[in-house]
Amino acid sequence: MHNPQLNANGELTHLLSIEGLPRAVINHILDTASSFLKVSDRNVKKVPLLRGKSVFNVFFENSTRTRTTFEIAAKRLSADVINLDVTRSSTAKGETLLDTVDNLVAMHADMFVVRHAASGAPHLIADHLRRLGRNDVHVVNAGDGSHAHPTQGLLDMYTIRHYKKDFTNLAVAIVGDILHSRVARSDIHALTTLGAAEVRAVGPQTLLPTAIERMGVRVCHDLGTGLRDCDVVIMLRLQNERMNGALLPSAREYFRCYGLTPAMLALAKPDAIVMHPGPMNRGVEIDSDVADGPQAVILPQVTFGIAVRMAVMGILAGN
Amino acid sequence: MNRQHLHLRNARLIDPKNSLDARLDLFIADGLVAGIGLPPTGFAAERSIDASGLIACPGLVDLSSRLGGIEPELNAAVAGGVTSLACPPDSKPPLDEPGLVERLVRRSETLGLARVYPIGALTQQLAGEKLAEMNSLARAGCIAFSQAKRAIVDTQLLLRAMQYAATFGYAVRLRPQDQFLTGDGVAHDGEVASRLGLASIPVSAETVAIATALLLASQTGVRLHLSRLSSAAGIALIRQARRSNVQVTCDVAVHHLHLSEMDIGYFDSNARFDPPLRSASDRDALRTAVAEGLAAICSDHTPVDADGKQLPFAEALPGASGLELLLPLTLQWAAQEKLPLALALARITCDPAAILGIEAGLLSVGSPADVCVFDPDETWRVTPDALRSQGKNTPFMGYEVSGRVRMTLVGGRIVFEA
Repeated sequence: MHNPQLNANGELTHLLSIEGLPRAVINHILDTASSFLKVSDRNVKKVPLLRGKSVFNVFFENSTRTRTTFEIAAKRLSADVINLDVTRSSTAKGETLLDTVDNLVAMHADMFVVRHAASGAPHLIADHLRRLGRNDVHVVNAGDGSHAHPTQGLLDMYTIRHYKKDFTNLAVAIVGDILHSRVARSDIHALTTLGAAEVRAVGPQTLLPTAIERMGVRVCHDLGTGLRDCDVVIMLRLQNERMNGALLPSAREYFRCYGLTPAMLALAKPDAIVMHPGPMNRGVEIDSDVADGPQAVILPQVTFGIAVRMAVMGILAGN
Repeated sequence: MNRQHLHLRNARLIDPKNSLDARLDLFIADGLVAGIGLPPTGFAAERSIDASGLIACPGLVDLSSRLGGIEPELNAAVAGGVTSLACPPDSKPPLDEPGLVERLVRRSETLGLARVYPIGALTQQLAGEKLAEMNSLARAGCIAFSQAKRAIVDTQLLLRAMQYAATFGYAVRLRPQDQFLTGDGVAHDGEVASRLGLASIPVSAETVAIATALLLASQTGVRLHLSRLSSAAGIALIRQARRSNVQVTCDVAVHHLHLSEMDIGYFDSNARFDPPLRSASDRDALRTAVAEGLAAICSDHTPVDADGKQLPFAEALPGASGLELLLPLTLQWAAQEKLPLALALARITCDPAAILGIEAGLLSVGSPADVCVFDPDETWRVTPDALRSQGKNTPFMGYEVSGRVRMTLVGGRIVFEA
């Protein structure tokens, strides 16, 4: 089966998922991000890489924060950025996803940054563009259903590489609602591709997908077991709607079993870092003392995220 | 298109019902099989057809075909060698009114293509709340009753529906899918759904429903048919029930004999099925069950237009066009499993006919001359243009298949010829 995000030369033409990305491509993105990080520290925070290009942020699902980081990244590359909040416009009038895409292509979009509630929606768009013969239009998945959030996965890898240098000796614990988490899936693919020694999926059975161990992770139902001697802790956001009694009895009980407190964190290695894709639920999945503590790298993740998104868009525009 | 006296020469005649597999001539008169091997006395053929190198078998019988536009789908049926098909009640509106059933029967009789056997709604509007007028529906032409894809959540009502159907000896057909365990799932609860982040349907959605249906069926004595089995565990329950002499039959959609969850690939909406494609070991168990004769094969023909498939996987409509692929995909399965042709053809002729309780799926002297003549070795490519059905939705698009229908007879009339 052909990999829909690589062109015939094996170059990245869309970023749809971390799954199937060769290690060299991931490293290339992280290296490129490293050079862009300096741009954000300069007085003039712009490079002309995407000058004259139009980047359309097409968000079928609300997310001000992610949209903003893509917008900043595109603007720092000198692109024209158009934000479409599709949840309130076209689809409400009955337009299909591909109708929307056709219209935006007619407006000469060069790149789509797509967020959609359905897993696989960016794949559908990329496939549609391929059938139209539009290899010059690129798709960046900004989160699709529970499937993938590849730029978040990449910025997480950037963060880990920044603090830990090498992946091959690392034990990484991913804690929480893995079942519904596109971030977790992207992180797992990235970590296994980059050769992390051990990836642990930690949570109750109701929040872990079936056969998750087939993705190369070790399942731990006990938080202490999951955290013991690990180097990196990735906490996942617990959506409010999961706490209504169907998957979990209550937020209080969840915090008691799976909340990251200083005492639990003490089980990890002393230099373990704590990550979170945001926005955090303090007191639900993470204690404020940890979130604001010395091991947390949650804000650097945000800074790195801009550079990683610049790198992705820059590389796609060049291929 | 009139009822001619036909002489079909030199075909390999395969009639699984009568354990016949031989090179014999077939003689047809007045819409019936008039002679096998030898003509009846005084037979004068108006048309003699040379079928050298071809196989003639009973017209195929399909346990479930959705018709949508009736004429194109019945044309697709006869182009696929299907001469009798059962139509599930989840049309719009659902088949819960005798008038609707009569209209469907009349319309299909007027067209004179494949014979259509309506399956009536078991409950009004298929809502699972009130029993449908089964007796009136049966008088209008329904041969069994089902909920199509809808479940009866209220188990007391399910019991009552079976009791009422059993009163008149009607067969009840159920798709074993527990509504709660199915939830908003769109793919098998396994590796692929976990990786792709698709809401999943556990095997227990099927087995729990099978267990419920089997227990209520043995309590009521109803004739029960379970449709579209998808799992090894489901098959195991049926096998066990049959050993305990529970009267139950089942079928498997032809797509499920060939595909597994892996065929979803990168969210291919043509691989979205209801029930979902399950694991490779489930698929293997289905293949074994069909080979054993525990389950019949069904096309589960579900034409869906492009708009219904060009959507993200979870939003796309489930199902595939199947009438024209039923024979080639059955032949492919038989070839892969090294099974005799007669055994394979039984699963799409006499077995489903017995389940439906109709006089079809056989070539005895005196039986209706519903015949499928095909070239088992002719290959063809599945393309949108090659399909007569309005549904171009199939995961086999672009595939090369073997087995080409050359002629289809319904009641002695040639309704398709290629």
